[in-house]
Amino acid sequence: MSTNVSLQSSGFTHELGAHNRRTRLVTRLAMLLDPLFFLLTLACAASIVAITVLLVHQLYVHSAESRNALGWNFLIGQNWDPVAGDFGALPFIFGTIVTSIIALLIAAPLGIATAVFLAEMAPPRLSRLMAFLIDLLAAVPSVIYGLLGIFLLAPFLTKAVVPPLQKALGFLPIFSGPFYGVSLFTACIVLAVMVVPFIVSISREVLLSVPRDQREASFALASTHWETVWRVVLPQARRGIYASVFLALARALGETMAVTMVIGNTPQIAKSLFAPGYTIAAVVANEFTEATGDLYLSALIELGLVLFVVTIVINGLSRLLIHATTGGHDHHG
Amino acid sequence: MARLALRKSVNAVMFSLTFFCTVACLGVLFFILGYLFWNGGRDLNWNFFTKLPAPVGESGGGMANAIVGSGKLLLIASAIGVPIGMLGGIYLAECRGKTFPFIVRYATDLLNGVPSIIIGIFAYTLIVLKVKHFSAWAGGFALGIMMIPIALRSTEEFLRQVPSSLREASLSLGATRWQMILTAVVPAALRGILAGIMLDLARVAGETAPLLFTSFGNRFWSGGFDKPTASLPVMIFTYAIGPYEDWHRQAWAAGFVLLAMVFFFNLAARGLMSWRRTH
Amino acid sequence: MKGEVTMKKAIVGAVLIALTAGNVALADPPVLSITGAGATFPYPIYSKWFDTYHKLHTNIEINYQSIGSGGGIRQVTEGTVDFGATDGPMDDKALKGFSDKRGCNVLHFPTVLGGVVPIYNIPGVEGEIKFTPEALVGIYLGTISKWNDPVIAKDNAHLKLPANDIVVVHRSDGSGTTYIWVDFLSKVSKDWKEKVGVGTSVKWPVGLGGKGNEGVSGMVKQTPNSIGYVELIYALQNKMSYGSVKNAAGKFVKANLKSVTAAAAGAAKNMPEDFRVSITNPPGEDVYPIASFTWLLVPDQIKDEAKRKAIVGFLQWMLDKGQKMTEALQYAPLPKEVVEKEKKAIEKIHG
Repeated sequence: MSTNVSLQSSGFTHELGAHNRRTRLVTRLAMLLDPLFFLLTLACAASIVAITVLLVHQLYVHSAESRNALGWNFLIGQNWDPVAGDFGALPFIFGTIVTSIIALLIAAPLGIATAVFLAEMAPPRLSRLMAFLIDLLAAVPSVIYGLLGIFLLAPFLTKAVVPPLQKALGFLPIFSGPFYGVSLFTACIVLAVMVVPFIVSISREVLLSVPRDQREASFALASTHWETVWRVVLPQARRGIYASVFLALARALGETMAVTMVIGNTPQIAKSLFAPGYTIAAVVANEFTEATGDLYLSALIELGLVLFVVTIVINGLSRLLIHATTGGHDHHG
Repeated sequence: MARLALRKSVNAVMFSLTFFCTVACLGVLFFILGYLFWNGGRDLNWNFFTKLPAPVGESGGGMANAIVGSGKLLLIASAIGVPIGMLGGIYLAECRGKTFPFIVRYATDLLNGVPSIIIGIFAYTLIVLKVKHFSAWAGGFALGIMMIPIALRSTEEFLRQVPSSLREASLSLGATRWQMILTAVVPAALRGILAGIMLDLARVAGETAPLLFTSFGNRFWSGGFDKPTASLPVMIFTYAIGPYEDWHRQAWAAGFVLLAMVFFFNLAARGLMSWRRTH
Repeated sequence: MKGEVTMKKAIVGAVLIALTAGNVALADPPVLSITGAGATFPYPIYSKWFDTYHKLHTNIEINYQSIGSGGGIRQVTEGTVDFGATDGPMDDKALKGFSDKRGCNVLHFPTVLGGVVPIYNIPGVEGEIKFTPEALVGIYLGTISKWNDPVIAKDNAHLKLPANDIVVVHRSDGSGTTYIWVDFLSKVSKDWKEKVGVGTSVKWPVGLGGKGNEGVSGMVKQTPNSIGYVELIYALQNKMSYGSVKNAAGKFVKANLKSVTAAAAGAAKNMPEDFRVSITNPPGEDVYPIASFTWLLVPDQIKDEAKRKAIVGFLQWMLDKGQKMTEALQYAPLPKEVVEKEKKAIEKIHG
């Protein structure tokens, strides 16, 4: 006796107990496709590794001339002199690391707090609308961020933010010195604004996907809303939030146009945030199109390679930090 | 009782903080959008959407070719970035191993951090130098590579958030693994994945540097995908650094149009998703 | 379910139709597409020329993009574009690189002239500042740090220059404008030549870097007590005060179209055959000393006959009608002597 019971689960109809030929054929085809699908996904994942490896290989090969000519001095040198052929990457490494990390120190708390509010407190329609609009911030072209930075933010900081800041905290070396509008500080703020949408958008979605029963269980134990968020929801959303922060960090490290318009483009290592600086991405963007001469080009490409290494190191350190603070609970790759 | 009062006040304080952070973010957002609208929206007219760029000193020009060009580039970019990113994300979320997925994740994060100009140079050496001319294919390829990391990470993270009970339910109904993934798990995570992809698309829509050596730019129409192609970000860049006030206004207008394009695409995609849900 | 599938099909179908229609409609009459890349400084006049030429010859589309002089040199050497454009002439090494790669030589064709002017923003100082070469060198080397330094003040007694620190602004991106500026500084100062030298990007002893002419003029506008250098056209369009510079004959000359063209006329007599010449600090009474040609780079062998005819035709038009359009856009036209020499040089282009 065959029972025909139709069940629908997300569009997949299956008749329990029916053994007609069509079902058998379909099932067999489906089972065949399983390994194929697996191979397809594997191929895609592998292709990403392949692209990255190829990219690094290209960078390595095309930077051969300057690697041979300058050796390790490239990494510790502070001189960038295209005319004399002397290139040192340290000021750019400094600028890249400082601007990215400070931008994230500003953007991550701000972004995560916003995501918490949008996911937990805001009425759903408003939350969707706000998230939608914040996404648009990600679409604003870098060039326009740069223009806004130099024509709006820089004067604003010069008139309204830096003077009181210097009065209050000017004794600290990081807030010392004259401020000309374009500086590391301005770049940090512009970068923070540029990466916030990534953190807000993804974190909010992750928070929303924490199952309701988790929250309800917490409430049933008489927690306040905040305690629920802090002790139950956020820990479960941790992975996704970290992923969004990594994405934001990556974007900050590689941001080109906006940074070069507001950072002052001066290759130096200054102790004050108010001084102008330079990042790797900015100098490559600025000088690549005009670079004549093979050593010069090669040095710029070597900078790209250095950025790769810097990204690896920062990523690695961050993951170690996360691993340490979560006690290794999260199987976080 | 005092302890309860403390807990309640902590609750109030923390949520007030989150409220202020939200207001700060939204404040900046509305300011930027408003400024763009004020500076750029005013100069929009029918010409902008239908005419080719006019030479200096002549009015009535537009950026029709740049709008179409950006559309073409984003189409190619999505065709490359979304499938590879999503399928790669599916692999990472559903597979068993530890080492290879770790390598893939790390490589993805690295790729995400590469400055856009270097990706442009990469696409240039790979495609443009081989065929000796610029094309939309090269530009789309560069943008597509930039799309992969975010698509992959979003897909992976949201797939992981799907509770295993759903997977088990699907399997118990006789689904094979790929059927389970495609018909049960992915749709459950689709909202988040779509959000990630929209963000991704928004980001590459505004990228300039990778296009300078790949799709190059064009003052005229470019039929097909094999010619140098105009795009909104490149036009914005060219006009913004020019000396004329008129060009600056056009650059703002183009920025506004770019944002509007992304906005409508986003709207359409979410609309399609929620329509799909209810049908 | 069925409705959803039909809807999806309809959308996909509509998108495909739109795309193919768009492409088919645009891939029609036999249009000759020529691409060029290079200098940003002459982009406005080039785009005007190419658009005008297109109106005269509707089947020829010359697509020029400003990706920078270095980019122009590289792309024309690689052969990804049909011609290049540069603010700084190719040196011998680059020429050899071109002939090695492409099997023919590259020709330089001057098109217009540009001047680089010192812009400044000193609150309270309205008039025109007279700069001697020594003053400019000192400011950019960092040896002169205040506006009321005697070296500057002695020529500007009528303006009360304040005792404020000078904020120096230079270009951060490699550019032909920088090349012209440092070329001049190197010619007038051995110190500069030894310490810094000439190039599209140099190691600046002092100062902030702005991106592009726009970036520099923007920074100078917003920073009190600052000085920068930009192409004349940016100073004029942005209505910024710019100073006059003392030329080799000892006269303080302010940059305008006449004084810039005069700089080229003076150099025309001794110009080399290939037009690769620097005309900074030339002899002459009313010449502006910080001026330069900008060149088109054209291979001397173009195999495609239609392209060759089109490019040759454009060059001839440019030397003739094109030169008349320059002044309206505030570019200085070429002097007659140079135009004549160029017309002869066009004949070198063969198939």
